[in-house]
Amino acid sequence: MTGFYTLFYKEWLRFWKVSVQTVLAPVLTALLFLLVFGHTLRNTLEPYPGVGYSAFLVPGLAMMSVLQNSFANSGSSLMQSKMTGNIVFVLLPPLSPREFFFAYLLAAVARGLICGAGVLVFTVWFVDLRFAHPQWILIFAALGSCIMGVLGIIAGIQSEKIDQLSAFQNFVILPLTFLSGVFYSIHSLPPFWQGLSHLNPFFYMVDGFRYGFFGVGDVSPWVSAAIVAACLLALSWLTLWLIKTGYKLRH
Amino acid sequence: MVPAIQVEHVVKRYGQVQALAGLSLDIAPGEFFGLLGPNGAGKTTLISILAGLSIATSGRARVMGFDVVEQYRDARLALGVVPQELVFDPFFTVREALEIQSGYFGIRDNRAWIDELLHHLDLGEKAETNMRQLSGGMKRRVLVAQALVHKPPVIVLDEPTAGVDVELRHALWQFIRGLNRDGHTIVLTTHYLEEAEALCGRIAMLKQGEIVANDTTRNLLTRISGCSVKLKLVPHALPAALKPLLAQESEAGFRLALRHYEEVEHVMAALREAGAKVQEMEVQPPDLEDVFVKIMNKN
Repeated sequence: MTGFYTLFYKEWLRFWKVSVQTVLAPVLTALLFLLVFGHTLRNTLEPYPGVGYSAFLVPGLAMMSVLQNSFANSGSSLMQSKMTGNIVFVLLPPLSPREFFFAYLLAAVARGLICGAGVLVFTVWFVDLRFAHPQWILIFAALGSCIMGVLGIIAGIQSEKIDQLSAFQNFVILPLTFLSGVFYSIHSLPPFWQGLSHLNPFFYMVDGFRYGFFGVGDVSPWVSAAIVAACLLALSWLTLWLIKTGYKLRH
Repeated sequence: MVPAIQVEHVVKRYGQVQALAGLSLDIAPGEFFGLLGPNGAGKTTLISILAGLSIATSGRARVMGFDVVEQYRDARLALGVVPQELVFDPFFTVREALEIQSGYFGIRDNRAWIDELLHHLDLGEKAETNMRQLSGGMKRRVLVAQALVHKPPVIVLDEPTAGVDVELRHALWQFIRGLNRDGHTIVLTTHYLEEAEALCGRIAMLKQGEIVANDTTRNLLTRISGCSVKLKLVPHALPAALKPLLAQESEAGFRLALRHYEEVEHVMAALREAGAKVQEMEVQPPDLEDVFVKIMNKN
């Protein structure tokens, strides 16, 4: 356990030592989104009955912050370590694949949750936010950050250079996040795009998370939780297998 | 006695390239062992396989009797590796880096040993300095310390003195010699052959993924190499009788390779007979460089 704990602690320190860049900056970005979109669209949209657009937007932005920062943490840490060569410090010791996996994952979850909490702490004063089912808020924040932490590990293992990780981030993570209903309810979309949104696993994370706040969602939180948990299990299995075989880590 | 390192028919292929061609090697506990070879001979690949940084295509490798794949935990606990590249984690100070490395090896409180390492490697004053702010030599010392945090019985140093100044090189070797005296097995790769000659009790030479020589340093020097004679003649012309012995010619003179010291007499006679005027003459004892060149050319 000491090996696992140390790797987690090292990964924690790695982002915490530069928290202005890794925590404060993403929170500020989310606040800017709220300011711009919330202000310009507040009188034109009412996604759910009795829920103003700004209030609707906040959980979406918090979840977006959770997702993007969890991914960025494990992805960039692994990729940078591989690129600079200091990954050997982690590969030489007797750390098991599970210790390796869970240490990177837990640090990614920690950063994601801190960023998400940061968005909520700064916005809760300006919008009328409800906390209808806190247990669902916690469950989806945890599931979302886990799934993105795992995706970050996969992307970090796969990437040899910064641009490969950026491509994953810009062409996979960002579109899937933006098209997951962060800024709108998918009921406002034409039927074709609604159907397509249901194929996006990120949609279930955002929708389930938002259900925790307003008690209203586009699909049942149980369905969302089941889909997200199944994705998480499948991706975790794949990642553990990659680590065990040494894919792109141990040549 | 269990060998400190045991390599059995290890093959490593990278696509079409064969880095190791069925290599076998045993290193006894307590040895100071040198692994020599030109670039691309497979030295670093072999070390990577021992350290678990690379997985062999076939064959087995063991450290202190532990298989590096099946018993990787025990094998890695028994091994300390100083990598060739000057790598470091820019987020941490020297002490943090060493504490973190100890933790990876399952050691919770390693302060006493870390302090000792810092002292021996002359890093005491830099303990709280960020890794980014250290010079290349200092970073190299930290790499050595990181490899030793868990007191491994087997220590592998992959070209540890490449690009290192003379002072640090001497300090480093003094320290490593001390570890060897204390019973640690040392495996060293280096391009400085005089370094290997001075330090290693036994040497294996690699070429294209195969071992082409494996013997004690003394045997390699005496069995394979004779002495050599450096000559500066006026005018710059070597008598025909000595041409078969010519090993090297430059503006500074000729270098003749002899199998035995007795052949010096033959050289003198040939020079007298040809009426050559000797401006400078130096008889040199056998050195590892000659052995290395001979073995590499032979294979």
